[in-house]
Amino acid sequence: MSTQYEMVIGLETHIELRTETKAFCSCAVTFGAEPNTHCCPVCTGMPGAIPVLNERAVEYAIKAGLLLHCRVSLWSRMDRKNYYYPDLPKAYQISQYDHPICTDGWLDIPSGEGMKRIRIERLHLEEDAGKLTHTEHGTLLDCNRCGVPLIEIVTKPDFRSADEVTAYLQELRERIRFAGLSDCKMNEGSLRCDVNLSLRPAGSDRLGERAELKNLNSFQFAARAIAFEAGRQAAVLDAGGTLFAETRGFDERTGETFSMRPKETQEDYRFFPEPDLPPIVLTEETVARWESELPEPPASRRARYREAFGLNRETAEALTVSREAADAFEEAAGLTRYPRQLATLLASDPARLSQGAIPVSAAHLAALADLAGEKTIGSGTARELLSLLWREDQDPREAVVRLGLGKLSDPAALRALAREVIAGNPRMAEEYRAGKTAVLQALIGQMMRRTQGRADPGLSREALLSLLSI
Amino acid sequence: MREPIPDSALALSRALSRRELSAREAALACLSRMEAREDELHAFLTVTREEALAAADRVDSRRAAGEELPPLAGVPMAVKDNLCTRGVRTTCGSRMLEHFVSPYDATAVARLREAGCPLLGKTNLDEFAMGCDTGASAFGPTANPVDPARVPGGSSGGSAAAVAAREALFALGSDTGGSVRQPAALCGVVGLRPTYGRISRYGLTGFAPSFDQIGLLTRTVEDCAAVLEAVAGFDPRDATSARVFSEGVLRAVGEGVRGLTIALVRESEEEASPGVRRELLRAVRCLESRGARVDELSLPFLRDMLPAYHILAAAEASSNLARFDGVRYGFRAPEAVSWQELIRESRSRGFGPEVKRRILLGTLALTKERYDACYGRASRIRAATGAALREALARFDLLLLPASPETAWRRGEKRSPVALYRSDLFAVPASMAGLPAVSVPFGAEQGLPVGMQLVGRAFEEAALLRAARALEEENA
Repeated sequence: MSTQYEMVIGLETHIELRTETKAFCSCAVTFGAEPNTHCCPVCTGMPGAIPVLNERAVEYAIKAGLLLHCRVSLWSRMDRKNYYYPDLPKAYQISQYDHPICTDGWLDIPSGEGMKRIRIERLHLEEDAGKLTHTEHGTLLDCNRCGVPLIEIVTKPDFRSADEVTAYLQELRERIRFAGLSDCKMNEGSLRCDVNLSLRPAGSDRLGERAELKNLNSFQFAARAIAFEAGRQAAVLDAGGTLFAETRGFDERTGETFSMRPKETQEDYRFFPEPDLPPIVLTEETVARWESELPEPPASRRARYREAFGLNRETAEALTVSREAADAFEEAAGLTRYPRQLATLLASDPARLSQGAIPVSAAHLAALADLAGEKTIGSGTARELLSLLWREDQDPREAVVRLGLGKLSDPAALRALAREVIAGNPRMAEEYRAGKTAVLQALIGQMMRRTQGRADPGLSREALLSLLSI
Repeated sequence: MREPIPDSALALSRALSRRELSAREAALACLSRMEAREDELHAFLTVTREEALAAADRVDSRRAAGEELPPLAGVPMAVKDNLCTRGVRTTCGSRMLEHFVSPYDATAVARLREAGCPLLGKTNLDEFAMGCDTGASAFGPTANPVDPARVPGGSSGGSAAAVAAREALFALGSDTGGSVRQPAALCGVVGLRPTYGRISRYGLTGFAPSFDQIGLLTRTVEDCAAVLEAVAGFDPRDATSARVFSEGVLRAVGEGVRGLTIALVRESEEEASPGVRRELLRAVRCLESRGARVDELSLPFLRDMLPAYHILAAAEASSNLARFDGVRYGFRAPEAVSWQELIRESRSRGFGPEVKRRILLGTLALTKERYDACYGRASRIRAATGAALREALARFDLLLLPASPETAWRRGEKRSPVALYRSDLFAVPASMAGLPAVSVPFGAEQGLPVGMQLVGRAFEEAALLRAARALEEENA
């Protein structure tokens, strides 16, 4: 007979901060660059090279903490975490041990019908290691990633399902990305997540032996690994076996977790205060200033947009894909009489919106929305113009004139065109006159086609009707 | 026979600016002294003859072109071999780095190069600066120029010997727990450990960053002030370097000791050898006769500082030296098949016994089981004794105690590591508190130099050197 189990999950999430330079030297933070082109004596651990803390990394870490409602430590310090590994040039990681920069936060996530609060134990600042590539000729070390600033966010064991984990990661990623603190790409490793999972009989409040799952490179993999691991642990327990604390990897091909090492043999990291760096001392004023610089979170913006402009959920989501997109929309919305048209227009290509900075000025976006709202141009033309502006920012009013894109609304010209269309489709005209009025749409379509969509649909309809009723 | 050159850096500087001799001649004079004495002394691990002459020539041609030059331009220097020098190997006295050539200059070295000081070479040291007689160098010991049968002290023994033998006009050393002051005392030269943060540590292959400080070895107190002004100052590459002015020290050196209040540390009197104690008391009389007020002060915790220092310094060393793993540079065990074996073998064979001893001690001191009893307790001792020292320095301008409890001992004399450590008993307090301290030659015991030490308030090197100058005048 199998017992009912409850899964208990806590997360450790590592996020690479998108600072311009590394945590302790002035090398650029990059992804995908030629190996070992962004490193220096400090981040490769040369003799005598010592770290200097990047203040921007502190700022970003604290901003992340504020987004997660953490308490900010006005006094914290860096510590050394000592262990040998070929990708760790100094053989210690500069991290934070007993004085993390942020503690005691929370994040609300959708769960079932309502919301659930996930408590955050701590958020600390540390540095990334290098990258090893194993080849048939040996192992290669790329130090470009050495010293990239990371934050580690540790939750309380508050998750009870894989869905909650995914919801948390989504909410976390959206907030951090929206504030421009990281791009949070799991596939590039700028967001990495370790899952601590244990089972207990439903109703028990005792924690079971946990497995720490590593190498989860997407939300999907995380969810699959959790499902597999929960099943595995339940099977062991049901068979009367015992679990022991261990670190387990996840195999993306098989969808299974596998044992990497038991926890009891885990290293003593011999933490001690980093003597090369003075403590991090902040004032309330600095923290308040950083807090004031944080953007309004995307969820609240979505609610506001839907309320103010009557947008649907998809449109609001597309506009809040990034802070740049949302800011560009808001600025342009303040300049146009047709914010709703603007929203629809921008949201028509969500992929383009998500690619960082918006290359069109707010004034031009607003002018384009005006043109569409006034029906000077049709919606298809508006989308084409937006693409044009995206490639080369310009005044859409001038572009309309220069490219002759304005709507055809001259009744005489439309009447002439309608006459041509009817002449070219005598069968349709017959059918219409015989009472099959649905063919009118097809005739309007013909007029649009002949004018590349510029013909005003309403006036085209009138012109056709007046000729057909003769 | 070449014309002798002036003995002190400043005297040479004046002769150079008066064009009584050229920088090339000064460098050649030093190089020929090295030729004459190096076989016996072994103060240098690397001699950079061509580089020194090229640098000297540049100074000469700039002077010939009528350029305004920095005060030390053309004054040749020696640099301890744990300070990184671009293009010149930096061995740290270790097999581990026997062939290591740094891609960059330490900030202090760069500043002196910019000031026009030709680099004569890199001086011997105890491996990674861990030791107090330069006997723990992987490349053989250095002899004391005063008596080559004796040790020069350490770990900056090569720098102290080079200056004492006038192979170089001054030298850079490093002082973690006395490694500049103690060899200065044993070789009879001036050795300054400036306030922690006064000189950038960037490029110093230190072993205990919270103690390490670059120090100066010079022939005179005035030279010490002049070199300090040239190397000190804030460096954005060192987060522990201080934003304080370093000018005006040289000008203040001659102001005398009138009005200074000085504390004679009673415990140092008890721990010193008879001859050293005699000179200590003579120093008191000297300072009093020149108008300073000297009172006795008991610092009962003095003896507790040495073991606490050794635990903390070893703990930091165990971490700081972990980067020497054979992966990226340095000695690499060639036949290792796994990365674990590579690291284990490279370190087992690259490091000498004293370094291994300290790494093991420091590793133990940081383990979960021992952290509080070792590292934690030693940190608390450091905080408490440091506070007590600063409190004493609120009442006194300076503390007076010998730099070393004894004079240079015979080479080859068997001493246990702990007996050797005792040699830093008087040096460690300033290191623990990050305070500036100077050792100045004062008298002798059986013909061997004695170094008197003054410890001052943070960033008040001027007061320190004023008193040192007074003792130096008396000694002359």
